[in-house]
Amino acid sequence: MASTVTKTETLFGKRMKRKEDPRLITGTATYVDDIQMPGMHHAVILRSPYAAARIRSIDTKRALELPGVAAVFTGADVKDVGPVPCGASLPGLRVPHHHVLAQDRTYFVGHPVAVVVAADRYIARDAVDRIEVDWEPLDAVADPEKALEAGAPAVHPQWPDNKAFDYHQEHGEVDKVFAEADVVVKQRITSQRLIPCAMETRGVVAEWRSGEKALTIYTSTQIPHLMRSLVAGMLGIPENKLRAVAPEVGGGFGSKLNVYAEEALMGFVAMKIGKPVKWIESRRENMLATTHGRGHVDYYEIAAKKDGTIVGIKLKLIQDVGSYHQLLTPAIPTLSVLMMPGVYRCQNIRADIVGVFTNCVPTDAYRGAGRPEAMHGIERMVDILAAEMKMDPAELRLKNFIQPEEFPYATATGLTYDSGDYDKPLKKALEIAGYAKLREEQRAARSAGRLMGIGLSTYGEICAIGPSPATPAGGWESATVRIEPSGKVTVHTGCSPHGQGEETTFAQIAADELGVDIEDVIVLHGDTAIVQYGIGTFGSRGTAIGGTAMYFAIQELKAKIKRFGAMMLGCDEVRFEDGRCVCGKTGKSVTIQEIAAASYRAMKLPPNTEPGMVATYFWEPPNFTFPFGAHIVVTEVDKETGDIAVKRYVAVDDCGKIINPLIVAGQIHGGVAQGLGQALYEEAVYDDSGQLMTGEFMDYCVPKSTMVPWIEDSNTETPTPVNPLGIKGVGEAGTIGCSPAVVNSVVDALSPLGVRHIDMPMTPEKIWKLVRGGAA
Amino acid sequence: MKRSITLQINGKTHTGEVEPRLLLIHYLREVAGLTGPHIGCETSLCGACTVTVDGKAVKSCAMFAVQADGRDVVTIEGLASNGDLHPLQTAFWEEHGAQCGYCTPGMIMASKQLLDRNPHPDEDEIRHGIKGNLCRCTGYQHIVNAVKSAAAKMGA
Amino acid sequence: MIAQNFEYETPATLDEALDLMEGGAKALAGGMSLIPLMKLRLAAPEKVVDLRRVPGLNSIRTADGRLHIGAMVTHYELESTPLVRTGCPLLAMAAATIGDVQVRNLGTIGGSIAHADPAADYPAALQALEAVIRIAGKGGERRMSAAEFFVDTFTTALEPGELVVETSVPLEAAGTGVSYQKCTQPASGFALVGVAARVIKEGGRVSLARVGVTGLAGSSYRAGNVETLLVGTAGGEEDVKKAAAVVAEGKEANSDIHASADYRAHLARVYTARALRAALGMAG
Repeated sequence: MASTVTKTETLFGKRMKRKEDPRLITGTATYVDDIQMPGMHHAVILRSPYAAARIRSIDTKRALELPGVAAVFTGADVKDVGPVPCGASLPGLRVPHHHVLAQDRTYFVGHPVAVVVAADRYIARDAVDRIEVDWEPLDAVADPEKALEAGAPAVHPQWPDNKAFDYHQEHGEVDKVFAEADVVVKQRITSQRLIPCAMETRGVVAEWRSGEKALTIYTSTQIPHLMRSLVAGMLGIPENKLRAVAPEVGGGFGSKLNVYAEEALMGFVAMKIGKPVKWIESRRENMLATTHGRGHVDYYEIAAKKDGTIVGIKLKLIQDVGSYHQLLTPAIPTLSVLMMPGVYRCQNIRADIVGVFTNCVPTDAYRGAGRPEAMHGIERMVDILAAEMKMDPAELRLKNFIQPEEFPYATATGLTYDSGDYDKPLKKALEIAGYAKLREEQRAARSAGRLMGIGLSTYGEICAIGPSPATPAGGWESATVRIEPSGKVTVHTGCSPHGQGEETTFAQIAADELGVDIEDVIVLHGDTAIVQYGIGTFGSRGTAIGGTAMYFAIQELKAKIKRFGAMMLGCDEVRFEDGRCVCGKTGKSVTIQEIAAASYRAMKLPPNTEPGMVATYFWEPPNFTFPFGAHIVVTEVDKETGDIAVKRYVAVDDCGKIINPLIVAGQIHGGVAQGLGQALYEEAVYDDSGQLMTGEFMDYCVPKSTMVPWIEDSNTETPTPVNPLGIKGVGEAGTIGCSPAVVNSVVDALSPLGVRHIDMPMTPEKIWKLVRGGAA
Repeated sequence: MKRSITLQINGKTHTGEVEPRLLLIHYLREVAGLTGPHIGCETSLCGACTVTVDGKAVKSCAMFAVQADGRDVVTIEGLASNGDLHPLQTAFWEEHGAQCGYCTPGMIMASKQLLDRNPHPDEDEIRHGIKGNLCRCTGYQHIVNAVKSAAAKMGA
Repeated sequence: MIAQNFEYETPATLDEALDLMEGGAKALAGGMSLIPLMKLRLAAPEKVVDLRRVPGLNSIRTADGRLHIGAMVTHYELESTPLVRTGCPLLAMAAATIGDVQVRNLGTIGGSIAHADPAADYPAALQALEAVIRIAGKGGERRMSAAEFFVDTFTTALEPGELVVETSVPLEAAGTGVSYQKCTQPASGFALVGVAARVIKEGGRVSLARVGVTGLAGSSYRAGNVETLLVGTAGGEEDVKKAAAVVAEGKEANSDIHASADYRAHLARVYTARALRAALGMAG
């Protein structure tokens, strides 16, 4: 029975609780490890304990003898499975062949070597200990700068210089402006290796149906469609015989924006043993073998005139690639180059990237992916310049901002910034923080011998990634909107949300557009058998691109609804509003539910109109979007211990039009917590032999509830012209804005001691040494 | 080798033969079919597996099922009564305390322990009460709001 | 994530437990140290003896002017029981800083001290309290001081087959000032350095000072040199600084990715001063 039209209130912009939450708060959601199947087997993977080693031999006999063990596979068994793919391409890129299990050599601690399959996961785990590998440990190198030194151990013997790629980008008259500049400041700035640590580790269930010769892979991924296309290729099965399902996904942050060896491997195992197989990553494996993020050593130079006008930026960027290229590894630092001028009007830039192989797990996307590194660099450099010129960092920024009337603004790196009003969030943040008063407090604190710091960042970022020519795999997104015969609305999005709340925000848009109750809208995603092709959720793209695709699909349906409405009302002048078609002449109306029913019943059809009420739209965005914002952080440093206390955190973010302020705030909070983790706590530490020293939560510090300050969050709203909804994206903003603001604050606190820069994470010991010993 | 155990889970009696090494979390998830509590680490730091045993919040990945023999276990699935959500569940919904949802069941159970012992916690007490539960999505702020909101409703 | 298989026993008496402990079994109390190690296969005992049914191990009682705490008493019970909070506040303070709520709900004092993690919190307090640890073995019972009990990293004076059954600490006299100050390793929640201090002042002078330190070295220890320097002084800021300055002397400080030896030694001095200041403030 059709529901009645009740919708009159606009939901776009409204604080709404999420549609996805009932299953999450009751423990009834289905993550990969929650899937059970008859006859399901369990896989446990043996991984390399060495960063570099030759495998002389592997003996699996004792493992196979253990009752309950169904099979053991090693590198020799899977040598014909296609390589783990690198989707990015750069001129001269060196791509090592990345087998799903190591062949005769391992390249990082955690490298998969063999897989045991047993009826019970406890037995599979026991059997792993019974595999005997004859190892010949080799010299390894874990530090990218050391890897570039002459005589360093070669990660891949065929490339003794350890270079994975070189990349150069230049615009303007760089040498000239540097030669003529009044001031040039230089700084080495690192963005350390980080471990994404989604709370749900990776996991795969693979099911082979031999009768159909069809494989289903359930995997904790952000990109089920791309995963399916690529894994089908790796396994040599037709793409339409592989169904990929991303069930409930417990966080990704870029670490699940990938195609992993284990996804293909489980498909291979399921096909071999003819039974469903499940592999669930342990946390230790997650830290060893799921991609890391960042891994930059940046050498910056920035040139300015004596009035503070920034005229040139130079960057030499060393990217720690790790042992292999995962899906997007080489592309990530190029995003840093694209954003290197930040929100400043500077047309002279030069960037050189060298990608370096190390005996570590590959780096790849991690929340922000290239943009946090870029913003950290430029926002640190602007503060260093301000300190050098004895200017207030807020004033220096205001002086160099691209102005609102300059948009669309063509950057020196080849981007076109869509819209912006950079003064607005900065001025709002300064007002909320009480900047002038804070500076007074700081003067008083300093004369009392206390180390108080005020730091700010004014970031810009690239969201809604992105136009297809600028992405490795297509940058569009898709939606199918089906109004059911009852008038209920089912949306299939090509996005694959995993915490971002798109089931809610999409439903808000759809309910508004179609004039139906939000309860009548459901948003389905993450299953290649029910969703048209899609790209996925990453790069703050889901709502800006996927939501827009849905918007355009709905516009097609609205045109069709009006044709049916006109026919049913016998009126050639109908408008569609509040869920009904209204005759402009008589004022008579029919509801969307009545129209939907009529469209399927098809007793009569409008001219040139098909039955049914379904539209699919693939939307290609004409540009990225460029959100921005200002964060201000107040810190105090304990001189005795080096402890940093974050006293205030003010965040003003402009992500374009806001659909649901509750969700936007949640994205900012979470982003800030990850930025704060990088600034203060987190670092993947490898020792010289390539052992990961931070391989458990005992040693790798994901910020706890007691470590994250209260965030005073608010917004400005500058719509984008890139999409009709005016929305830009917000998933990564908090992270991107955070780390430079925190570091700027602590450097400001220590500036009376002559400190000019501090690398992350700013551990108390590091700070204590600076307090004791002066400048860094 | 196997041991017979009997325990109450969400008010129902469960009896079975288990290997001593079977973790309580695996018993709950794979024997009792309660997949609300999750596994996020192996060092009892993340708290995703939090349930209550005899009224005390524990990390069920750091307890063998045999240790729970004769005890009363409550998981997230046992929190609602007669189909009515617990005020903490409602508050996590209304205040957007969940994003990916993976930490949520454990987070709610830890919050419940906090409110059982301290019905009117301030922000600092809430943050300490949930310190054993990692969340990578929310930055904890909306969780703090949720616990505050639930406390206010439960105290009213 | 998955432990190796083992035999599991739940003795109903202490004698039965001691019988079962023969031949290299591992005692299981709260499991907060043992079970994660077993899951990572860093420990693989063939037999595990769960002490939870052994009577008398979970009591907190007073006798002879001392507080007697059974080995199976949990951290939460120690932090929350009024008798402990008033009778031996230092122990309650140390217990409250351990890990998180869930860990404190299960973890026990007996299990913690028998494990002898060099970064655990109790040992500092027990050193400062001159705690007496009662140990049961097949040959009978023996008692030893905390200073004798904690030998080295993960090493105690327990002989194979012996069990910690009780820890006793003095019931604090009115006017005793105590404090436990801890610099926390942010990831694990263990102490980079933790310092427990107890002081009594008489006639404006420090008449008793006890300082226990954890985290700095391979084992917890009592910093007698600090105590000596403080006793007899007025307990002023300079006295505190002078005393705290020697806390790491003669100790080989631990060094790892979380703190260098130099920094740990520095933290020990800072936290000793903080603990002494707080304790002196409380002593009035």
